[in-house]
Amino acid sequence: MNNIYMPSPYKILDIQQVTNIEWLFKVEFDRADEINYGQFIQISIPKVGEAPISVTEFNVEEGWIEFLIRKVGKVTDVLFDLKAGDTLFLRGPYGNGFPFDEKYKDKHLVIVAGGSGCGPVRSMINAVHKKFKSVKKMELILGFKDTNCIIFKDEITSWQEENNLVLTVDKMCEGDTCDLGINEGLVTQHVDKLDLSNIDDLEVVIVGPPMMMKFAAIEFEKHGVPEDKIWLSFERKMSCAVGKCGHCKIDETYVCLEGPVFNYTKGKKLLD
Amino acid sequence: MKISMNKINFNESLKKLEKKYKIYAPKLFPFAGRCSDTDLVRYAEVSTIEEMVFDKKSNFSPKEILLPQTETMFYFTEKEYKEPDVEEKGTLVFLKSCDLHSVKRFDEIYLKNKFSDIYYSQRRDKIKFVVVGCKTGFDSCFCVSMGTNIPEDYHMGINIREDEVELEILDEGLKANFQGQDKEFEIDKVVINKIELKVPDEINLEDVINLDLWREYDKRCVACGKCNFVCPTCTCTTTQDIFYSENENTGERRRVWASCHVDGFTDMAGGHEFRKKHGDRMRFKTMHKIGDFKKRFGYHMCTGCGRCDDACPEYISFSNCIKKLTAALGGEDE
Ligand SMILES: Cc1cc2nc3c(=O)[nH]c(=O)nc-3n(C[C@H](O)[C@H](O)[C@H](O)COP(=O)(O)OP(=O)(O)OC[C@H]3O[C@@H](n4cnc5c(N)ncnc54)[C@H](O)[C@@H]3O)c2cc1C
Ligand code: SF4
Ligand code: SF4
Ligand code: FES
Repeated sequence: MNNIYMPSPYKILDIQQVTNIEWLFKVEFDRADEINYGQFIQISIPKVGEAPISVTEFNVEEGWIEFLIRKVGKVTDVLFDLKAGDTLFLRGPYGNGFPFDEKYKDKHLVIVAGGSGCGPVRSMINAVHKKFKSVKKMELILGFKDTNCIIFKDEITSWQEENNLVLTVDKMCEGDTCDLGINEGLVTQHVDKLDLSNIDDLEVVIVGPPMMMKFAAIEFEKHGVPEDKIWLSFERKMSCAVGKCGHCKIDETYVCLEGPVFNYTKGKKLLD
Repeated sequence: MKISMNKINFNESLKKLEKKYKIYAPKLFPFAGRCSDTDLVRYAEVSTIEEMVFDKKSNFSPKEILLPQTETMFYFTEKEYKEPDVEEKGTLVFLKSCDLHSVKRFDEIYLKNKFSDIYYSQRRDKIKFVVVGCKTGFDSCFCVSMGTNIPEDYHMGINIREDEVELEILDEGLKANFQGQDKEFEIDKVVINKIELKVPDEINLEDVINLDLWREYDKRCVACGKCNFVCPTCTCTTTQDIFYSENENTGERRRVWASCHVDGFTDMAGGHEFRKKHGDRMRFKTMHKIGDFKKRFGYHMCTGCGRCDDACPEYISFSNCIKKLTAALGGEDE
């Protein structure tokens, strides 16, 4: 019988510092063809521990996967001491991911992401942008704390060329510079900048801290977007990622099995 | 096959079985209880029927056998990792009906719930269950209300009498080990408990999340987690890695029992914590035992064993909590 907890070793290809606290890890991965946008992987460092990390980008032909990781604790601390050429242990992909083919294809896709919430949606945005996947139109609101926290700047520049992209920071600080065209305020304050004229065609993806997702979803509802057209990605403490340990459970739902992506009709009821 | 045999012969049969099986039953550990001068009854290996204790409630459940408190998942060396060796012998577990029902709950999580767990399934495949008839429950039991008083899916059932043992042997492999006189009898079962309660068929989280009754537990519950650890149906664990101090290059990944009452169970990076108030943790546990598990798997998780009440240092009664909840939802209890 297959051991669902058994991780496999993979070589780190590249590590890049993205902000003061976030690094991008590129790792060899032979199961990239199994990945769905928005899924996660259990990253493990033997003798230290495991942590769930979203797949931020992957390439099936070249056989690699990328993670955007914040240094916050046991596993992530050790990760930041590793170098290209070192080994990482992975198991997954896990979770459901975004239902692109079933729901978003050929629709008007709006993506609202806050801070490291850009991680889980990046592969989907790139897939649309690079025309691997077709939507009628894609619009983005990306929000960050301040200009130092902005990640994936090069990609944002290229996404901006073809899509309506609103880039915001919570508050501008003196001396803040950014050549990307920056707005001030929370992501919820910029929903008016989107084209919400044909709601029937719309699908809205919101990923970020719990408060941001809650208020952003409410804002879209106020603009007449029905709840079944809103999608959220949840984060919960996880230990096993396979429905055994119970840490991620909300009501009868296991975030590791049925999530992390939830339609808002369901997400709204996942109270904690 | 239904037979009866005397205890001497029964012990002889156990001795034969010991070659193939490790035999577990509740056993008395004098003065090992949680207060001074109290005894502890917990599952351990036994060789005779006299060592088995069924006239006292076991403080811990047989879940220790299904899912050890601490279990090694792999050993790491510098270059490789290795799963622990699997125990060759089978296991024979003597347990009561309520605890037998808890095994079904464990199977639901560890064998089904989308993925199957290899450690559990390897162990589970080798276990045979001997249900021991139970006529009267203890003070905190409410098995009848939870429908766990009638045993199901056992390999052998026995009634332990004054000087004989009645055996109903269903498992072909076990039959050859016991010889006695044919006898007609039924496995004893509890038909009435001191505690009776009505659990609503369906409880919705939206309807209970803001109830006042949880606030009683904010201060009363000290979040020690004892109720979870003694519960035969609490299945949660946390993964932990360790390295050996003599050689940092080697170590192991373990999983250990976890508790939704204890701090840290939901801690996220950035200090975000769900269910900070102890009363909200009580709500979460209660809903899992009599609400959401049923929504997912079709039957209640709680088996009504009452061990959580026996273990709680704050004298919090779970059956009382269920009654309060039912009453708050407009049912007739309390
Ligand atoms: C589906 C999913 C996807 C995720 N995707 C990503 C992702 O793409 N990128 C990402 O970075 N994270 C992601 N996370 C979060 C990540 O899994 C957690 O941050 C994880 O806990 C990190 O593991 P760790 O062992 O480093 O932290 P742990 O050691 O488990 O630390 C976690 C907790 O302990 C606290 N803590 C630890 N050490 C200290 C200390 N010295 N001082 C104070 N507090 C401390 C932390 O604040 C935090 O509360 C995701 C989580 C989920 C569920
Ligand atoms: S009575 Fe308490 S210990 Fe027993 S199964 Fe129910 S919740 Fe668990
Ligand atoms: S045993 Fe009692 S005090 Fe301890 S966590 Fe359970 S309910 Fe709370
Ligand atoms: S992470 Fe263990 S049950 Fe979901």
